[in-house]
Amino acid sequence: MNFRALLLASAVSGALFSVGAQAADMTIGFSQIGSESGWRAAETTVSKAEAKKRNINFKIADAQQKQENQIKAIRAFVAQGVDAIFLAPVVATGWDSVLKEAKEAKIPVVLLDRDIDPSGKDLYLTAVTSDSVHEGKVAGEWLVKTVAGKPCNVVELQGTVGASVATNRKKGFEDGIAGASNVKIVRSQTGDFTRAKGKEVMESFIKAEGGGKNICAVYAHNDDMMVGAIQAMKEAGLKPGTEILTVSIDAVPDIFKAMAAGEANATVELTPNMAGPAFDAVIAFKEKGTVPPKWIQTESKLYTQADNPMAVYESKKDLGY
Amino acid sequence: MAMRFPRLGTSQLLALGVILLANWMVSPQFFDIRVQDGRLFGSLIDVLNRGAPVALLSIGMVLVIAMRGIDLSVGAVMAICGAIAASLADSHALPVVLAAALGAGLLCGLWNGFLVAVLGIQPIVATLILMVAGRGIAQLITEGRIVTFTSPQLAFLGGGSVLGLPTPVVLTLGMMALTLLVVRGTALGLMIEATGGNPRASALAGIGTKLITVAVYVWSGLCAALAGIVASADILGADANNAGLWLELDAILAVVIGGTSLFGGRFSILLAVVGALIIQAMNTGILLSGFPPETNLVVKAVVVLAVLLAQSPRLGGALAGLGVLFSRATSGGPRR
Repeated sequence: MNFRALLLASAVSGALFSVGAQAADMTIGFSQIGSESGWRAAETTVSKAEAKKRNINFKIADAQQKQENQIKAIRAFVAQGVDAIFLAPVVATGWDSVLKEAKEAKIPVVLLDRDIDPSGKDLYLTAVTSDSVHEGKVAGEWLVKTVAGKPCNVVELQGTVGASVATNRKKGFEDGIAGASNVKIVRSQTGDFTRAKGKEVMESFIKAEGGGKNICAVYAHNDDMMVGAIQAMKEAGLKPGTEILTVSIDAVPDIFKAMAAGEANATVELTPNMAGPAFDAVIAFKEKGTVPPKWIQTESKLYTQADNPMAVYESKKDLGY
Repeated sequence: MAMRFPRLGTSQLLALGVILLANWMVSPQFFDIRVQDGRLFGSLIDVLNRGAPVALLSIGMVLVIAMRGIDLSVGAVMAICGAIAASLADSHALPVVLAAALGAGLLCGLWNGFLVAVLGIQPIVATLILMVAGRGIAQLITEGRIVTFTSPQLAFLGGGSVLGLPTPVVLTLGMMALTLLVVRGTALGLMIEATGGNPRASALAGIGTKLITVAVYVWSGLCAALAGIVASADILGADANNAGLWLELDAILAVVIGGTSLFGGRFSILLAVVGALIIQAMNTGILLSGFPPETNLVVKAVVVLAVLLAQSPRLGGALAGLGVLFSRATSGGPRR
């Protein structure tokens, strides 16, 4: 039954798109890292949906966090003669030889979410990634705008020490508040990107800063830590969202629930839709020969309580976060 | 049977005192406690509350280590039981949720005990299996995402309070009292120490060493299950990737700081819990101090080293020797 429906659908779409039928016939292989986080799962879900939208035959290979599995998957895709390969590289190095094989087979490779070393080489068509420095900057600029010149002491919940995302989001936020002398970071500790540690660290921040009276805003490198921090503030009798401003990064569904309840103020989205722009780049390249720039930066969209958080929550909650 | 008061407890209590004092120095409001919404609120309460999961783990771990075993799986068992509790919390009554989660912990303990006592696999290898696989099981239960719940009954176990004390602290005290009663109130403790000291002689003397081995792993599994429930209740959700991650190492450290030898034999449950509090007091102190996070682990390592060095009998002897020399040199002068 399903198969027949599929046949029918492809026949109909074939008839409809007989002019620009390229995209409909396209087969693209995606070597996904694995299921390391909720965001990763959402990325896989969204990629499938985006492929369906464009009638692309999309094959996903789960590498279970192992580079050798990714290399095997790429070789298999080359052997199958796919039209393009998407790669979310688990590590930055060691890709030269396998990407050369793809290049010799004239199959364009697009990197998703992460770049490789050395970057900008002609071994891949383009890299679709988010700029984590920019994400931090968007968060910082929102805070500067929101406090509007009033003095504001910020406490920062950092990601895992040494993780490049944590370093970049810290730097970006510092850039964002650099022009405003009224906004300053008074405390900064790592919450390891987890809810439990975010809560524990926030508890100690509250105690160290006069029961929370000296804290004007919390900045967390991801939403999960902020969800923990919000709990800590509530248990201390503080009102997050009104007494203490919050801004974090990632835009996972649970932070929208907190925003809808008025307990969180803003989040900067790390979009799970990396595949959409990648599909468009590949289609344009295949059909018109348009060579995309080496780096396609995804949008770091800011969401606040004014953006109907409950509706965003509903749209995101089934993506697999 | 009278509870044996730990003779060697002075160095641990001293260490705890010194760390608390150091915390007070970096953060003068450390000992301030006030009542907030009917529960005590302050850094000292945080130390107790945040230390509860590791303290719970160490209560089970100390028995396992006294039997010359080790249980590396407790962190993963926490994740499994937390995941079960969080996924059932909104659809089932609290007794069912607790029974399911504790039952899972019991099963995990039985598995470990079976591998060690019946199949004779070395404890470190036997429990390593569940340490690795257990987190995978937890991830299967949660399907890789953070499962959240709203059940106020389960939330009470993490964020509620009994007579002002946070529930996790009360649960830990209860578990400690129960374990002390079972182990020290009967001959069981003596049998554990005997088996840990010399399993063969103990078996020949008529102690059911296999049964006791299985029992201590089951107890460790139950303690881990309780810790997992507390951790989930605390964040109103189950984070299979991170719940209890590396806490098995903290629990072992707590037991070792508490003066129990990894070679089995004599043990102290109270001092293992003090060990857990030492670790947590240090963690809280680091968070309060405002040091950059890059220094966290170095500070922790130095403090642990100092605590363990203070317990070293050889170093203790050497220091005492130095002290004697010093006192002779200083007191020798005026007498002449």
